[in-house]
Amino acid sequence: MTTSSRATPATEARDPRDELPEHLGALRAFALSLTRNSAAADDLVQDTIVKAWSNIEKFERGTNLRAWLFTILRNTFYSDRRKRKREVADPEGIHAATLYEKPAHDGRLAMNDFVQAFDQLSPEHREVLTLVGASGFSYEEAAGMMGVAVGTVKSRANRARARLAEMLGLEEGEDILAGADRNSLAVMGKSGVAAA
Amino acid sequence: MYSDMPDEKSKASIREQINENLKRVYEEALQEEVPDRFKDLLAQLKAKEGGK
Repeated sequence: MTTSSRATPATEARDPRDELPEHLGALRAFALSLTRNSAAADDLVQDTIVKAWSNIEKFERGTNLRAWLFTILRNTFYSDRRKRKREVADPEGIHAATLYEKPAHDGRLAMNDFVQAFDQLSPEHREVLTLVGASGFSYEEAAGMMGVAVGTVKSRANRARARLAEMLGLEEGEDILAGADRNSLAVMGKSGVAAA
Repeated sequence: MYSDMPDEKSKASIREQINENLKRVYEEALQEEVPDRFKDLLAQLKAKEGGK
């Protein structure tokens, strides 16, 4: 244990391994977004922790530790998936989308419908949306984590959003925000039955 | 103001709605309690390191 009377700045002196507990919640949330299954997510976080711990010397001090951990997590996820080879290769979620039935909502988008549609996306689409849409990473950071070009992140995110919008019956070109109550997450559907 | 580009505007609206929902799903996951097994695992790793 370090004593409290240290002259060096805490951020420089601190062992990044001691910071791991601060990232567990985010790692788990990211793992859940990829696996959509809490047991699988926990296993993935466990593997990530062990890998991070034993490879900590590869972490560049002063860079974003969370991004580094997320990179390990997603690489582990995809390499496990390749090993299993159980799933049909479907990076764009085309197969999944054809099996999906649009929610029969009456102009209001319920959280459940959103979650169900999100579940139908491919992991690659869930990943990009979680990184740039939910957890606040920049396109550049996401590109670094995903090991692809920034342009790829952008186009993948756009395709993922378009697929979600399609599944949810939110079609571009209509003003879905008109009259929507943002607090209740109400979104007007394409049928536009505002006063139903 | 924006009426000359309605497509861009509604595209941005959909994007905003989707982002809001994404954040909510992520926040919900963040709020779940972190299982003890991870803290235990870190403690074990740390103990192993010290025992070398």
